[in-house]
Amino acid sequence: MKTRKIKLDKIIVIVLLTLGGIVMFTPFIWMILTSFKHSSEAVLIPPTLFPNVPTLDNYKKLFEELNFLVYLKNTIIVVLLFFIGMLINAMAGYAFGKFKFPGKKVLFIFVLATMMIPSQVTMIPVYLILNQMGLINTMLGIVLPGLVVAYNIFLFKQFMGGIPNELMEAARIDGAGEFYIFFKLIMPISKPILAVQGILTFIAGWNNFLWPLIIANDEKYYTLSVGLSLLKGQNTANFALQMAGASIMVVPIMIIFCIFQKHIMEGFVTSGIK
Amino acid sequence: MKNLVRNLNKYKYPYIFLAPAIIVLLIFSIVPIFLSVGISFTDMNIKGLANFNNIDFIGISNYIELFQDKDFTQAILNTVFYVVVGVPFVVLLSLTAALLINYGTSKIFSFFRVVYYAPAVTNIVAVAVVWGFLYNTNYGLLNTILNGVGIDGLRWLQDPLLAKVSLVILAVWRAIGLNMLIFLAALKGIPKSYYEAAKIDGAKKFQCLRYITLPQLRFSTFFVTITTLIGWIQFFEEPMIMTEGGPLGQTNSMALFIYQNGFKQSQFGYAAAGSFILFLIIIIVTLIQFRMNKENVWE
Repeated sequence: MKTRKIKLDKIIVIVLLTLGGIVMFTPFIWMILTSFKHSSEAVLIPPTLFPNVPTLDNYKKLFEELNFLVYLKNTIIVVLLFFIGMLINAMAGYAFGKFKFPGKKVLFIFVLATMMIPSQVTMIPVYLILNQMGLINTMLGIVLPGLVVAYNIFLFKQFMGGIPNELMEAARIDGAGEFYIFFKLIMPISKPILAVQGILTFIAGWNNFLWPLIIANDEKYYTLSVGLSLLKGQNTANFALQMAGASIMVVPIMIIFCIFQKHIMEGFVTSGIK
Repeated sequence: MKNLVRNLNKYKYPYIFLAPAIIVLLIFSIVPIFLSVGISFTDMNIKGLANFNNIDFIGISNYIELFQDKDFTQAILNTVFYVVVGVPFVVLLSLTAALLINYGTSKIFSFFRVVYYAPAVTNIVAVAVVWGFLYNTNYGLLNTILNGVGIDGLRWLQDPLLAKVSLVILAVWRAIGLNMLIFLAALKGIPKSYYEAAKIDGAKKFQCLRYITLPQLRFSTFFVTITTLIGWIQFFEEPMIMTEGGPLGQTNSMALFIYQNGFKQSQFGYAAAGSFILFLIIIIVTLIQFRMNKENVWE
């Protein structure tokens, strides 16, 4: 009798989770299925679930007639530049985690304090600063303001702080320089945190929207997210095309997420938000 | 002086490792705050951008004008609506999802964890475009389903009140995953012995939830509430992409108001003043939250 009751519990939980899961995932399914429909089929009433005549026309149009290849290239550049930012964050985390120096506490509080500043407050002055630097309409201008992330520095500090000091001392006695120690010793040991941060950095770079929107006035510099918002404005009725554009943004992230989700989830649980 | 040089040399490496990060944060986070205050007291616009001589100090006129601006008041009221309706749903639904997923340990539960988190990693623009299609009055999936069960289709994004609700639904859908993970991490941290002890005392499942689980989740509930609250006060991308603040400004948010005045109309001074009011609201709300939770969270 008792086992049966437990089983019933479990069934109810799984049914609830499935219902919720359908709600969570339907938009993605609908997006992908619609992206393979002809634009006329996308507005059929009642709608078809699977495309009657599957087509790649929408994707062809994005890359051949519209500038999505340029947007894709720009997005990849943004992501690569963000990885340089990750290195800067790692270096700062290392300094905080493994060195004693005057002003350490003040600087650390300073770094953490920047987490509280909403982007709307800084967006106008940052635009003016970039304008003075002549970085409007440049890849650098798109990336610079988001390069350093206090939270990521904090995570690096937590991880690298746990690396035994003896390791670095031994290398110093052997005559290794500080940069050699950082790149050849610390970074390889930090692989787990680098993996997590790498994925999160990729996602953040790929999804970056507000700055490219503000800084890029020329279509040459648009990223995928800016291009997609433009596409929606210009092709308001062509839903199949819109869904193809959205799929290009969402599917690569989904694939990367599915491959690495275990690391992301574990990194999240162990990174100490409890 | 000699001491200072020796000190600098001694601590050279940590400073070198820190320097790039500190410089970037200084230029793009700290200095802008002070600049923002300064700009908010000027009439800076596109002419001022071209030549700084065209900028005049106008005191608090921007602030006075803002509070007489119907659009701004409406944006504040809309933002209040988003926060009041959205935040409780995010906390409640992500907590429910976490409790359900934490129920079992088999593969199927970790599968659901991935499904629920997936919307959180995807691009907000793409997601807003997709939901715009789902919400479409004539061709959208949602109205098709409603028609199928005999209900008239809704004007999801055109009806003033419903448009606000539609944006909230999308944002809640997207926010559940991340907050669910925070709750899950907390649930994993509750010692099993508590439940074993309760079981010996004859506690029912519901009693365990009421007297062990929920109290133990106090800090994460506080954390989720405050981060969600701050996030929703800055509600931006959803109204920007799906409704552009319409119909008739009914979905406009404070953040969107600032963006439009700053970058569409190039009223930098006016927008900076608006952004500073937003900043003050965030600080006040955060302080109130901390004060309210002081006794029971940090014990």
